[in-house]
Amino acid sequence: MADLSTGSPDTWTVRSIVVTMFPLLVALSALEMGSGFVLEELQETYLANPTLLIVVPVMIGMGGNLGAILSARLSTQLHLGTLTFDLRGRTLWTNVAAVFSLAVTVFVLLGLAAWVVGHLVAAPMEMGTLLTITVVSGLSLTAVVVALSVSATYVSYRLRLDPDDTTIPVVTNVGDILGVVILSGVAVVVL
Amino acid sequence: MVDWGDVWAIYRESIPVLAVSLAGGIFAGGVLGSEAMRANFREYPGLLLLLPAFLATRGNVYGALGARVSSGLHQGLLEPRFDDDRRLVATVVASFVNGIGISVIVGVLAWAVLAVLPGRQPAPLAELVGITFLAGLLTSVVLIVGVLALVFAAFKRGLDPDNLVGPIVTTLGDVFGVVFLYAAVAVVGLVL
Repeated sequence: MADLSTGSPDTWTVRSIVVTMFPLLVALSALEMGSGFVLEELQETYLANPTLLIVVPVMIGMGGNLGAILSARLSTQLHLGTLTFDLRGRTLWTNVAAVFSLAVTVFVLLGLAAWVVGHLVAAPMEMGTLLTITVVSGLSLTAVVVALSVSATYVSYRLRLDPDDTTIPVVTNVGDILGVVILSGVAVVVL
Repeated sequence: MVDWGDVWAIYRESIPVLAVSLAGGIFAGGVLGSEAMRANFREYPGLLLLLPAFLATRGNVYGALGARVSSGLHQGLLEPRFDDDRRLVATVVASFVNGIGISVIVGVLAWAVLAVLPGRQPAPLAELVGITFLAGLLTSVVLIVGVLALVFAAFKRGLDPDNLVGPIVTTLGDVFGVVFLYAAVAVVGLVL
């Protein structure tokens, strides 16, 4: 319902919120079917190695989390004027190094934790194989998300869009979709 | 080229939230990898297919709720309490509509993908949609109340909820999404 007194539409109505978000949600769900299709196609591999299923939720969420951390920092620094897209600039590489340090920690811990939980709920997978899968797929995912986050911030900067509204949703969702795809690809090669 | 002091500062600031998110994800994964859930994946073709979309839409719907409420609080348009304020009610109702509506769509899409592919037989539409509807309904109640309580509490303590909302929503979404998906399969198995 439009607020005629100010001439600007009221964004706090059920209709306005649903009309803005629902089409985006449908589009994202359709894209996520791609990642679900990979899982369904590899159903036998996943069901035969339940430890792989254990890492799925983290692989779905963590790429997006790391991308959101990096994008939020780049976007704030862009607003503050401390980030320049100069490949010799310190700020950019410091942020990227921090995200990779976080990623190494998280994906090593993921492998160890999944191994423990795997012993509790199902037939265990060999620790070395599992760590190879979580670390290789996790760091590949991080590399993709970092590249995406830096380029998305750069594009919104050039197009004068606010990166807060553009890069974070794009990076989180692409990170979500690619997590399972990369995990599955690495698992097929390693197993 | 890299300032390692700053790297350490960013690392220390971000690792607690990522650790919480990791713990939630591993818990959700433990449910997925359990023998009962693996049997469900075999019994309901399409359930594994809809899983990433089901989990990822939780983050989008309730993350948007958190972001909207948090900027409403900052702008003075909302008060940090559960009451019948027009804006708060509209936001909550819209989140229910989005959260439950998209769950139903996810069930339909997964069924449709397997139905059009040659040689693939999805579980009956009513079963897949029954599962996603029920799981979507249950997660929306818990996540809407949880996200509001969390954002209100952070705001009252003078913390900026913006940095916490994203990862916490993903974590709650993983944990409750998977648990309620499991519960919904059990209910649908009994009823349909």
